[in-house]
Amino acid sequence: MFEVYIHVPFCMRRCGYCDFNTYTAIDMGAGASRSNYANMVIREMAIVREWQERHGIAEPTAGTVFFGGGTPTILKAADLVNMLDAVRKTWGIADNAEITTEANPDTVDADYVRELADGGFNRISFGMQSAVPHVLKTLDRTHTPDNVAAGIAAANKAGMRSSVDLIYGAPGESLDDWRTSVNTAIDLGVNHISAYALTVAPNTTMGRRIAAGTLPTPDDDDEATKYEIADSLLSAAGLEWYEISNWARSGYESRHNLGYWRNVDWAGLGPGAHSHYNAAPPAHVPVPPDGRCLIGGGNTEATSGLRSWDIAHPHLWGTAINEGRIPWAGSESITAEENLEETIMLGLRIREGLEITQFGGAITETTWRELEHDGLVTIEHHRAVPTLRGRLLNDTIITKLLETLG
Amino acid sequence: MGQQHNQPGFTDQSLIRNFCIIAHIDHGKSTVADRILQLSGIVPEREMRDRFLDRMDIEQERGITIKSQAVRVPWAFDGTEYTLGMIDTPGHVDFTYEVSRALAACEGAVLLVDATQGIEAQTLSNLYMAIDHDLAIIPVLNKIDLPSAEPDKHAEEIAGLIGCDSSDVLRVSGKTGEGVAELLDRIVTDIPAPKGNPDAPARALIFDSVYDSYRGIVTYIRMVDGELHSREKLHMMGIGMTHDPIEIGVISPDMMPTKALGAGEVGYVITGAKDVSQSKVGDTITSAANPATEPLEGYRDPQPMVYAGLFPIDNAQFPELREALDKLKLNDAALIYEPETSVALGFGFRCGFLGLLHMEIVTERLSREFNLDLISTAPNVPYEVTAEDGSVHRVTNPSEFPDGKIKRIVEPMVAADIITPKEFIGAVMDLCQDHRGQMGTMEYISADRVEMHYRIPLAEIVFDFFDQLKSRTKGYASLDYHEDGEQAADLVKVDILIQGEKVDAFSAIVHRDKAYSYGVMMTKKLRELIPRQQFEIPIQAAIGSRIIARENIRALRKDVLAKCYGGDISRKRKLLEKQKAGKKRMKMLGHVEVPQEAFIAALSTGDAGNDRDTKDKIRAAQKTEG
Repeated sequence: MFEVYIHVPFCMRRCGYCDFNTYTAIDMGAGASRSNYANMVIREMAIVREWQERHGIAEPTAGTVFFGGGTPTILKAADLVNMLDAVRKTWGIADNAEITTEANPDTVDADYVRELADGGFNRISFGMQSAVPHVLKTLDRTHTPDNVAAGIAAANKAGMRSSVDLIYGAPGESLDDWRTSVNTAIDLGVNHISAYALTVAPNTTMGRRIAAGTLPTPDDDDEATKYEIADSLLSAAGLEWYEISNWARSGYESRHNLGYWRNVDWAGLGPGAHSHYNAAPPAHVPVPPDGRCLIGGGNTEATSGLRSWDIAHPHLWGTAINEGRIPWAGSESITAEENLEETIMLGLRIREGLEITQFGGAITETTWRELEHDGLVTIEHHRAVPTLRGRLLNDTIITKLLETLG
Repeated sequence: MGQQHNQPGFTDQSLIRNFCIIAHIDHGKSTVADRILQLSGIVPEREMRDRFLDRMDIEQERGITIKSQAVRVPWAFDGTEYTLGMIDTPGHVDFTYEVSRALAACEGAVLLVDATQGIEAQTLSNLYMAIDHDLAIIPVLNKIDLPSAEPDKHAEEIAGLIGCDSSDVLRVSGKTGEGVAELLDRIVTDIPAPKGNPDAPARALIFDSVYDSYRGIVTYIRMVDGELHSREKLHMMGIGMTHDPIEIGVISPDMMPTKALGAGEVGYVITGAKDVSQSKVGDTITSAANPATEPLEGYRDPQPMVYAGLFPIDNAQFPELREALDKLKLNDAALIYEPETSVALGFGFRCGFLGLLHMEIVTERLSREFNLDLISTAPNVPYEVTAEDGSVHRVTNPSEFPDGKIKRIVEPMVAADIITPKEFIGAVMDLCQDHRGQMGTMEYISADRVEMHYRIPLAEIVFDFFDQLKSRTKGYASLDYHEDGEQAADLVKVDILIQGEKVDAFSAIVHRDKAYSYGVMMTKKLRELIPRQQFEIPIQAAIGSRIIARENIRALRKDVLAKCYGGDISRKRKLLEKQKAGKKRMKMLGHVEVPQEAFIAALSTGDAGNDRDTKDKIRAAQKTEG
């Protein structure tokens, strides 16, 4: 399985809670401008493809392509389509592939959506965040709940699937505010909803306001209650959880994102994007000519993969591409042990659960029974599936299993 | 001073003056001592550094002298060269026993008092000790260079205390050196020469013994009678052992080997003994070939007054801790220890100390000199507990407290002397009353300072009494105390239970009236310190089976990371690996994970207990008691 992720690091404005790799400037230099961005990504594809070939990494055609941000829809629809075409030319795209873009409800209209659909996109994910005006304001969002409905209507008309993202736990959001948001999202008729607890990084505007005491600190207990509210409202509406923060009607799950949790291969393009290859021996780890590439671990043990991440700043990223270098800021070899850790931590996030026989005797029957006894997982057909409590206490489960592994 | 005339082993007693300096911490004893070394010419100006005599790092940093030293200093007076033996003494109350050892090696004492502060309680008690030893006293006011000095007032005070004329009180400045030469002259004129018998068989008093990593055991001696020679076999009269001396010598100011030491002189012996028990402080050294018949009067062994458990944070360091304690013991006869096992803290040692400062210094040396990470339990005093069946238990550790009904508990008492400016009399009385003190007499030592006498349980003093005394008197009051028998008291053992399991490290023996506040404070502290876990954790304080305080740590509901997509995986894995490493520092108490830091923080004394919630809870707990 092979997937392609394309990061678009531009936004109209930065939201107070956001610590993603995104910029509001129109031109970051070195070719990394909004208008030239697609060209740069397309050039990166060629460099990455060349690197894969040189190292004997043969990937199948892309099963999914995902444009995330930032705000991908800040670019012209034609730019997104051009990048998609380039993926098709570089790696090929499977017949039934899932092609998604994230969208800010403010930046798309019916024509824009139509153009995407014509270009091959079949899924669109709207950053709705909330249906409550004062919560949207706290989150610095400029759209109104109506924009979202219009966007979804356009997507439906163009034959695209749509999803909405919600955020809970914003300072000042009541339990009723949150019920309103979830119910509004359900009423939009989408088949996929993501709901994320607000995570406040200290280096954001919101983080600084919380540290200064002008905004209240998000409360884990309040967020837990809101999670339970979301899970009960969504499942009552026929959307079942398939990942901790994702609910969908059967068949409408995000295949691209499931790929991350199943630990497949993907190429990430654009500033700050991560890539992951399961079969890349450590000898194949390249050191870029400027020596900026950090080889993880420095180990000689059997490795089980490679992860790399692109240079985060668009200017430096663009410079590397202009010089014909693979624009990585660093990479790490993933040892067999680390791979096991990742398998545990990702597998416990999803409804399909974690295959428990793969650990052999390393994790004993007793450990699984204890987790079951504590109401954190259920064991069905040799798979450990987190319960509602286990989804909220996911780290407790993971840490316990990692400890057992020693 | 040029070539010295008086050579060790060949100095007539009439030219020798042995003295010590009695001073309170911070009254400038070390500075004056430095000045004396400088004036005598034995420390060249360029090598002079502050506090030359304080050898150990901790001493230099804390500005306190832990181990006494003996320096041979030449001083010319009226055209004659005299040899002064300056014996340094510690000023802190914990080290009273060392002071008494130093006093026994001298004929005189310099009473050094800060001219801005006046005499302090500990100095006073050391002064009385010196007078008891029949030492000549030279009263000196130091720091007269400071603008806040009140030499006239304090000279009066001192004159009143020792019965001299206030004009006899010398005025010096260790900082500028003013008056120090006069002080040295006065030492020559006022302090009597030693009066041993130079022709009798040798008798030397061991007044200190230290372990030096290069030289082994260094034994400080004061020659009383006769002579000892460098190639002569030495006999320790008390322990009955004979040694070949490797070296005898004097310190001036570094160790200087000599051929002999004569009557009245102060010096050192190195015998190659590996263990200070072979070189016991208070023992008498004589010549094996021509032994004395009667030993000199020795010292009483100091008794530990405070006990605490010391545990390595990493239990694998237990053998290192044992080795480190064995080494410290070499130059700290007062330190005692025996292995202890704690459910909560693992393997460690129950240690006995002279007092809190002694405990602090030992733990600090263990961590600094031996790189050990330690947790220490709350200090406690030894109790004598009589169970209902009449059996008597000596309890130096709350875990040894017998179960079931208790007939009687006896605790050690101290006589405390507190000197304070008169405006704080009320504050001191309140403090002593809060700490179960019984008031004795009170005397004015000058127009505006009083000395108050109390009888207080030692347990009340070892916790935070001294800090509170300082804070309630704006730092003006000083405290001295000494053992004063025992007394029965209404004491109980308070246990702390985490999820129903008793945590031995937190058990405490306290007065019944304080049991509630201990219970409430400890349970509250632990509620803050123990992170929420997947189940609710009750934290209780109990006397026997009766719960006196309770707190709950609510169950953790959510620890999941909301988003874990392609770019989050690596960071998340590293975070989990870090958490996993952190868990190794967790102690499991039943099913509850308690971070090591929680033990440390809970066991450290703090200013907890003044907030309203704590007070309300204590009151409520007391009410249910009826």
